[in-house]
Amino acid sequence: MSGKELHSDAEGAKLGMWIFIFTEILLFGGLFIVYSVMRSKYPLEFHGAATFLNAILGATNTVILLASSAAVAMSLTAIQKNDSKLAGRLVLITIACALIFLVNKYFEWGAKFHHGLYPGSDVMLELSRGYLLFFSLYFFMTGLHALHIIIGLTILVVVYFKIRSGEINQKRFVLLENGALYWHLVDLIWIFLFPLLYLIT
Amino acid sequence: MEQKYVSYLENTGKWKGIMAWLTSTDHKRIALMYLFSIMVFFIVGGLLGEVMRTELFEPGQQFISAKTYNALFTVHGIIMIFMVVIPGLSAIFGNFFLPIMIGAKDVAFPRLNLFSWYIFMAGSLIAVYSLAARNGPPDTGWTFYAPYSTQSSSNVIPAITAAFVLGFSSILTGLNFIVTIHRMRAPGMTWFKMPLFPWSVYATAWIQVLATPIIGITLLMLIAERIFKIGFFDPALGGDPILYQHLFWTYSHPAVYIMILPAMGVITEIIPTFCQKKIFGYKAIALSSLAIAFVGYFVWGHHMFTSGMSNTAQWFFSFLTFIVAVPSAIKVFNWVATMYKGSISLTPPFLYALAFIFLFMIGGLTGLSLGALATNIYVHDTSYVVAHFHYIIFGGMGFAFFAAIHYWYPKMFGRMYNFRVANIAWLINFIGFNLLYFPQFVIGMEGMPRRYFDYLPQFTAGHQVSTIGGYILGVGLFIMIYNLFKGRKGPIAPANPWKGKTLEWQIPSPPPVENFEEIPVITHGPYDYE
Repeated sequence: MSGKELHSDAEGAKLGMWIFIFTEILLFGGLFIVYSVMRSKYPLEFHGAATFLNAILGATNTVILLASSAAVAMSLTAIQKNDSKLAGRLVLITIACALIFLVNKYFEWGAKFHHGLYPGSDVMLELSRGYLLFFSLYFFMTGLHALHIIIGLTILVVVYFKIRSGEINQKRFVLLENGALYWHLVDLIWIFLFPLLYLIT
Repeated sequence: MEQKYVSYLENTGKWKGIMAWLTSTDHKRIALMYLFSIMVFFIVGGLLGEVMRTELFEPGQQFISAKTYNALFTVHGIIMIFMVVIPGLSAIFGNFFLPIMIGAKDVAFPRLNLFSWYIFMAGSLIAVYSLAARNGPPDTGWTFYAPYSTQSSSNVIPAITAAFVLGFSSILTGLNFIVTIHRMRAPGMTWFKMPLFPWSVYATAWIQVLATPIIGITLLMLIAERIFKIGFFDPALGGDPILYQHLFWTYSHPAVYIMILPAMGVITEIIPTFCQKKIFGYKAIALSSLAIAFVGYFVWGHHMFTSGMSNTAQWFFSFLTFIVAVPSAIKVFNWVATMYKGSISLTPPFLYALAFIFLFMIGGLTGLSLGALATNIYVHDTSYVVAHFHYIIFGGMGFAFFAAIHYWYPKMFGRMYNFRVANIAWLINFIGFNLLYFPQFVIGMEGMPRRYFDYLPQFTAGHQVSTIGGYILGVGLFIMIYNLFKGRKGPIAPANPWKGKTLEWQIPSPPPVENFEEIPVITHGPYDYE
C-alpha cells in the first residue's frame, strides 16, 4: 500500500505550488502590514534608520536575484527544447547566484553585528523605538527571506541532480517548473523588501 | 457482502502492525490515524473542562488556584481549537470521504497527506511539552493576547510554536484537498454534480490556505518579540497591542468557519439520506459555503468592538457580521425544507443532525446579538460569549462530528454499532449539553465575567446547573464512545445500510484499498432519490 503509485498530474502539481505560493505571500503580507503600521507611526525614525543600510549592497543583491530568476526561467525553456545539458547549467547559475546573495547577506549582517546591531543586543535596546522597530523588522524580514532562499536553494540542488539523472526531461519537468515558480516568488518578495527597507531614505 | 476484495484495513504492504499504518499513504488509513489521535486530545480537553466546571461549582476557591485555572482554560482552548475542532472534520472525514465521494482513488498528494499528519503530531507533541515543561503551562488564554503573552513567565513560546506547527499541517491539508477537488473528480462529475460535503470541504480548504499564514507570521513575531524584546505589540516598548488583535482575528475568525463549514457539509449529507429525498436548494447550499468563506474574512473586527476602533470600522464589521449570517440561514432553511414531506427515519445520525440544527440556531442567533454594537458592549467578556461559542463549536461542530461518526461508521469499519445505546447516549448528550451551556447565557447577561475562577454568590445557581450539565454530558459522551468502541465487533454492516445515493455507499464496506475497481462515470446529481 505504501507504494501506491498514482498517475502523475503535472497540472495538479503546479496548482499545488501556486496555492503554496499564495500562502507564502500572505505570510509575508502579515509582515508588510506590521511594517506599514509601524512606518506610519514612526515615519522620521524609519527614514533615519534606513540611511544605515547599504543601498549599493542591496541593489547588487537585487540584480543578482533578478539574474538568477532569468536563468531558472531559461532553464525551463531549455528543458522543453530537450537540452538537458544547458538546462542543468542554467540551474547551476541560479544556484551560484543564490549563494552569492547569501554571502553578500552574510557580510551585510556581519557589519551590523560588528556594530552591536543584532536582535536583542544592548545597542538595539538603547535605540529609540522607531529605530529599534526598523532594525527589528529589517532583521526579521530579511532573515525570513534568507530562510526562503535556503529552501529554494535546496529545491534547486535536488532539481539539478534530477536533470543530470534524466528524471527531469522534456516530457516530465514539473519539478523544475515548480522549483522555478518558487524561486520567482523568493525573487518577488525581495523586489518588495528592497525598496521598503533600503530606498526610503 | 462476501470478501472478494482486499479492504483498506487488511495489510498488503511490506510493513506489519503499527508500522503498516504509520507508513501508509492511503487517505483512509491517514483519516483513521487522525481519528484516534484527535479522539485522545478531545478526551483530554474535555476532562480539563470538567475540572474547570468542578472548580466553579461554588463561589470561592475549591481545589485549584487562580493561576492553575488560567492554565486550565488556556490549555483547554489550545487543545480543543488547534488539535480537535480545526483538524477534526476535514482531516478525518474529509480525508476519508472526500476522495471517495468525488470518485477518486486517493487525494492528489498522498505522501504530503501523510506528512501533514506527522506535522500535526509534531505540533501536538510540542503542545504537550508546553504543559509539562519547567515554567508551567501557558496562562494567556488561547488567543495569546499581547502584551501579556510577551511578559508571562509560563511556557508561552512552546505553546505558540505548537500552534504555528499545527497551522502548517492545516495549510498542507487544505492545499491537498483543493488540488484533489480540482483535478481528480470522476468523469462526468461537474462542479454542480459534486456532493455537498466535498463542496463544504472545498470552501474550508480555501480558508485554511488563505487565512492560516497570517496567524503563522503573527505567532512568529510574538516569539521574536519575547526573545528579543522587539516591541511589535507591547505598548511599553512602543508596540501596538491592537495590531496584534487585528492580526490574530484576521485568521481566527475565519478559523471559526474552518470549524463549522465541514460540519454543515456533514449535515447536508445526512438529511437527504434519512429523508430519502433530494436536497432542497442544492446550488444555494453549495454557493453559500463559498459565500461564508468569503464574507467570513471581513468580520474579524467584531471580536474587538471594545478594544478601540473607529466608529466607521465598528459599523462596517457589525454590518458584515449580519451579512455572514445570511448564507448560514440559507442552509438551515434548506435543511428544514428537505425534511418537509420526506420519509424520515429517526436513526442516531439523523438525531444528531437534528440536535445540530437546534443548537446551531441558538448559537447563531446569539451570535447576532453579539455582532450588534450596542448589545456587544453589554455582554462583552461575559460567560454569554462562552455559551455562544460553545453552542456553535461544540453544539455545532461537535454534534456534527458525532453525527458524522454515526453516519459513516458502518462504511469505515464495516460493522454496525448498537442503535439503542446510541440513541440513549444522544439524549443524554443533548440534555447535558443544554444544561451545561444554557445557564451561562443567563448568568452572562447578569454580568458573570468569563475566565474567572471565582464569582459572586448570585451566580451560584447558574454555575451549579452548568456543572451538573457538564457531568451529565461527560456520562453521555462516555456511553457514546464506549458504544462506538464496542461496535467494532458488532454485526457486519451492509454496503449501503442507509440507502444513500452518494458514491461512498456504492462501494463495499469497509472500502477496498483502491476505493473503486473502475473509476465511475457520473451521469446524474448526487441526491437523486425520486
